[in-house]
Amino acid sequence: MKYLTEFRNGEIAQRMAREIASITTRPWKIMEVCGGQTHSIIKNGIDQMLPAGVEMIHGPGCPVCVTPLELIDKALAIAAQPGVIFCSFGDMLRVPGTDADLFQIKGAGGDVRVVYSPLDAVDLAAKNPDKQVVFFGVGFETTAPANAMSVHMAKRRGLKNFSLLVSHVLVPPAIAAILESPGNLVQAFLLAGHVNSVMGYWEYPPIAAKYKVPLVVTGFEPLDLLDGIRRAVIQLEAGTHEVENAYERIVTFDGNQPAQKMLAEVFEVTDRAWRGIGVIPKSGWRLSEAYREFDAELRFHITGIHTVESPLCRAGDVLRGAIKPAECGAFGKECTPRHPLGATMVSSEGACAAYYNYGRFLSAEELATAGSGLTHA
Amino acid sequence: MGRVDFGGVVKRVCLDYVPEVVVGDYTIVHVGFALSKIDEQEAVRTLEVFRQMGVLEDELADGEDAFERAAAAPMSNCPDGSCAPQVLKSTVN
Repeated sequence: MKYLTEFRNGEIAQRMAREIASITTRPWKIMEVCGGQTHSIIKNGIDQMLPAGVEMIHGPGCPVCVTPLELIDKALAIAAQPGVIFCSFGDMLRVPGTDADLFQIKGAGGDVRVVYSPLDAVDLAAKNPDKQVVFFGVGFETTAPANAMSVHMAKRRGLKNFSLLVSHVLVPPAIAAILESPGNLVQAFLLAGHVNSVMGYWEYPPIAAKYKVPLVVTGFEPLDLLDGIRRAVIQLEAGTHEVENAYERIVTFDGNQPAQKMLAEVFEVTDRAWRGIGVIPKSGWRLSEAYREFDAELRFHITGIHTVESPLCRAGDVLRGAIKPAECGAFGKECTPRHPLGATMVSSEGACAAYYNYGRFLSAEELATAGSGLTHA
Repeated sequence: MGRVDFGGVVKRVCLDYVPEVVVGDYTIVHVGFALSKIDEQEAVRTLEVFRQMGVLEDELADGEDAFERAAAAPMSNCPDGSCAPQVLKSTVN
């Protein structure tokens, strides 16, 4: 496929890794924000190509993972109601709520459907006027234009039986929250390129200036990631803190203007709870006044939700970058992609799923032990 | 709505956010929406920069430096990059 395989060239990747090693004089901790980037890094072994001391910390950029448990439980309560067609992207189905997941709701007779696009849910609403069609609208700025368009279309088509269960989250406030958290170790960020394809990167220079942190807009292929890391290390070594664009074939400074216009019309900024992290002020979007009638939380008046997180699951620590997935005691034992305890093991963008699927089972401690055994062999 | 070819699989995709695209353009598609046109000139330019990166350094490498590079190939099952002992294994053998 054009402009895909070229960015996976192993020989060039090795040369770029050596270039990074040659410019590195000190240890650096760099966070990739996006879960898609985490998967690419682990799948391609990018972290293992880096010089000792340059460590990738996996960020909270997995929308499924940071969706609060309370909202999952609300989704389950709505989906279980008769007369409701509950639509979602596939990776939300196995996310465990307090008592069940969406698969189990479907098994018990609920009408739960996986759609490819939120517009498919709008079409379902038009075809089923006697049903309430609810779309589970989670995601970062990348997914928001699609969800905004679905509500916009529903309003234009006069559909009274379509609503959105919204939990949109935003990258810039999350980065600020990480940088302000006590004991923060992150010294530079790879920005999530596809978020920037929508939003551009005009929001980021104030963050780079305020926190004196290099920010590099980065893509998802191995060479994109290595180039993003390379640029971050160059800045760290030089003590500069600029916003750079290492994904120029996709991202412009201004971003996608028609999409941003739609987002400003349909959504407004709100405080948002992040699973495993807590409430971050002004870190999400909810439906604006003009579209409030499409808010599923208001339409269904779900109350009496009592949430309980699994005591074994350390997804919160993983999302904060405090531990690597394999350092969680439940990893690969009580918690696997088939029987996940937390959302980070479910999602195609979750860090725990990445470590499991690509065979990273050993904790740092076990690795050290296994390593010393080998040296004695 | 438009039709986008995903390496053989053709899907209907909303093109409202990318009014500038024409037939034959490459786009980034997310959940049924085209979000950005791929700038082919930038892609070619970036690849050219990548191809040049470290080429000279590679050609001039020899001796211990080149040996160390060969030994530093990536390994599996190493979350934090501390895999040096596995290098020793191959030396012992």
